[in-house]
Amino acid sequence: MNSTPERTEGQGTPASRGRVARFLLQDAGVALALVLIVIFFSLTAPYFATSENFLKIFVQIAINTVLAAGMTFVILTGGIDLSVGSVLALCSVVGALVMTNADLAPAVSVPLAVLACTATGAACGALNGLVSVHWKVPSFIVTLGMLNIASGAARVVSDNSTISGLPQGFVDFGNMIFAGVFPSIFLIAIAVIAAGWFMLRFTVFGRFIFAIGSNEEAVRLSGHATGRFKIAAFTISGLTAGIAAVVYLLRLNVGSPIAGVGYELNAIAAVIIGGTSLSGGKGSIIGTLIGACILQVLSTGLQLFGIGDDFKPIVIGAVIVLAVVLDAVRVRFSAR
Amino acid sequence: MLRMRGVVKRFPGVVALRGVTMEVGRGETHALLGENGAGKSTLIKLLGGIETPDEGEIELDGRPYRPTTCADAYRAGVRVVHQELSVLPHLSVAENLLFEDLPQRRGIVRFAQLHGKAAALLDEIGLDVAPTTRADRLSVAQLQLVEIAKALYHDGRLLILDEPTATLTPKEIGRLFEILLRLRERGVTLIYISHRLGEIFELCERVTVLRDGSVVATRPLAGLTSSELVRMMVGRTIADEHTLPSGVEVGSEILRVEGLRRSRSLPAVSFSLRRGEIVGVAGLVGSGRTETMRALVGADPMHEGRIQVDGQAVAIRSPKDAVGAGLCLLTEDRKAQGLMLGLSCAENITITDLAKVSRLGVVRPSAERAAAEALVQKLRIKTPSIAQAVRNLSGGNQQKVVLAKWLFRGAKVLICDEPTRGIDVGAKEEIYRLLWEFAAGGCGVLVVSSDLPELLGLCNRILVFAHDRIVGEVPRPEFDQHRILSLAYEETDLELHT
Repeated sequence: MNSTPERTEGQGTPASRGRVARFLLQDAGVALALVLIVIFFSLTAPYFATSENFLKIFVQIAINTVLAAGMTFVILTGGIDLSVGSVLALCSVVGALVMTNADLAPAVSVPLAVLACTATGAACGALNGLVSVHWKVPSFIVTLGMLNIASGAARVVSDNSTISGLPQGFVDFGNMIFAGVFPSIFLIAIAVIAAGWFMLRFTVFGRFIFAIGSNEEAVRLSGHATGRFKIAAFTISGLTAGIAAVVYLLRLNVGSPIAGVGYELNAIAAVIIGGTSLSGGKGSIIGTLIGACILQVLSTGLQLFGIGDDFKPIVIGAVIVLAVVLDAVRVRFSAR
Repeated sequence: MLRMRGVVKRFPGVVALRGVTMEVGRGETHALLGENGAGKSTLIKLLGGIETPDEGEIELDGRPYRPTTCADAYRAGVRVVHQELSVLPHLSVAENLLFEDLPQRRGIVRFAQLHGKAAALLDEIGLDVAPTTRADRLSVAQLQLVEIAKALYHDGRLLILDEPTATLTPKEIGRLFEILLRLRERGVTLIYISHRLGEIFELCERVTVLRDGSVVATRPLAGLTSSELVRMMVGRTIADEHTLPSGVEVGSEILRVEGLRRSRSLPAVSFSLRRGEIVGVAGLVGSGRTETMRALVGADPMHEGRIQVDGQAVAIRSPKDAVGAGLCLLTEDRKAQGLMLGLSCAENITITDLAKVSRLGVVRPSAERAAAEALVQKLRIKTPSIAQAVRNLSGGNQQKVVLAKWLFRGAKVLICDEPTRGIDVGAKEEIYRLLWEFAAGGCGVLVVSSDLPELLGLCNRILVFAHDRIVGEVPRPEFDQHRILSLAYEETDLELHT
């Protein structure tokens, strides 16, 4: 090689520039974007960089983070789950009803309610998966149906009213704050992300999620039945909707049939901003966590700027599109 | 009318046409003949404006003809009727016919005029359907005629038909021929591509035979025999190429297939394979060779059939059953069906048997790395690391990754469909070596290939498919390109014309 000493480091050559650009556009790029946004708001909005504000942000991202964690599994397989918002509503009223049952002591009713929430969510998710896999129906349509079914079921079960009066111990746990800035519900969200990260990164199951999203036919011809893995992904998404319902109860202390409207879109946005490809096979759950943070930090930061609720969605919408455009650019880069 | 001089077309890794020179006279019906991969499709694509030549000139009516889009070709009066028809299934026959020139006033379609024009066209070609019929209600033969009518409407002066009879019944073929003869009387020039030699003799005046991207000869058909035509198509010799190493013991039977039918209406296929054997599967594209192999491994449905592996009967309903029995398919299209392009080499290799490198459902990274690295070394896969995405490897190395994943699984019978397609020469040799090693290790290999010399060099035995049947089985001592090609090109033709 007749390159100069400076160049042997690989800097400045077209190949290495491509590599750097690719790196910046991938996971590290998303994290970097979050850091830049945080720095920007810290410098420009005086109240932003206070522990009080961070506490508020952590409270607000918990639900979306939990939903988005499950959504990541489904999107990685190449599917989509539009039902999580209304499944959350259904789970919240089921959980609240169990918890407020006068015949049960709180020590029994609370664990039972948590179980009921997660079981209801998982059942809805499993149903999504079964129908979509067995009849080969696009998950977009199946989960759109479930969105309506769960929403209606929530109203029927709750008699179309909010259910309050949750046990005091449960409410107190929801208000607990650890180390000054970490609310209990945020720690639940982190635990869900950690569990998801472990499953996707280290288990055989996680490997199949990526493999199916990358090329389902190749997995099938490699001698595997792919259906059960896809059903499992939808079940996990339903399960996290159930967990998100528990978080909802902890935070707002009421079960409501109109909870969660539009939450599925925030969850999808977090997954996509986090760098997971809508066509499946590529992405990470850590990216999803960062994506959820970006959405909330933007929202809070814009509010501090005095940008009202009317203008905010415009910016956030633009960010979502930008994230997908960056993804497309990234694909072109890696195709080279 | 059409004159090509020194036309060259290269694709990455392959030269599809190496200086083709040919001429087609006005009003002539000219046959284009050649084995799979001889360059016919590429030639049509050049004429149809789908690809552009790298070198050489094409003249149409004495003027240079360099179409870069299909629209250019249409304007010049060149219409290609492809094997895969380009019909819009949910529109009416009339809309399909006149799609590029819908009668309209200010953007509103004038249906009366549309249907009138369409009816006249259908009448002219002798197709008896109402212009308002939806296209998906028509049979393949009728659709073919719609395509031809469409070509005529657009003043098609040069009509190129790519295997138009492949899916037609004899009666429909008769109709098609009547219409083609009528077109010829009207002065339309035809280039006719078919594997059926009988049709070529019946319809065409002259023939150009292609082989390995070059023109062998252009000859009048009068006075030629089928046998002579096949001899012209027979490709390069295998003199100093890869040949089967001697001394490999052929052992006990490892696979036995009896009465395999893909559907009720198709003939049954039976064959067997022994340990240490490499058996070639020859035949034209569409002869049922790939389809039979896919049914055998459960990739496509099998209607009935008894399969024995190592003397044990196995039921195969899915690829899972087949892989469980040790029957592993290396697919024709490795990118679409064989590999997860975005995932790493290691992930692609271990997907066939993750249980081997995991404990309690958790993948053991060290075990996975060791297994993948061992195979990468054994197969000499050139990759910077086992973490490299398969997308970034060359075709030959990608194919080796597919082989590696089946070696990892412990395949008993490897079924390879076009294992060296799109792979450079060096990598081909390595794939051959790996297949021999695999067979020598006491396994069996089936190789489907359109490259006959490849099969002659690689195999102990060759099965020849034609019309969904095995029409011949040739052992190595009797290997002869001419004989195998004759079998593949329907023995009936030869009886008729020799």
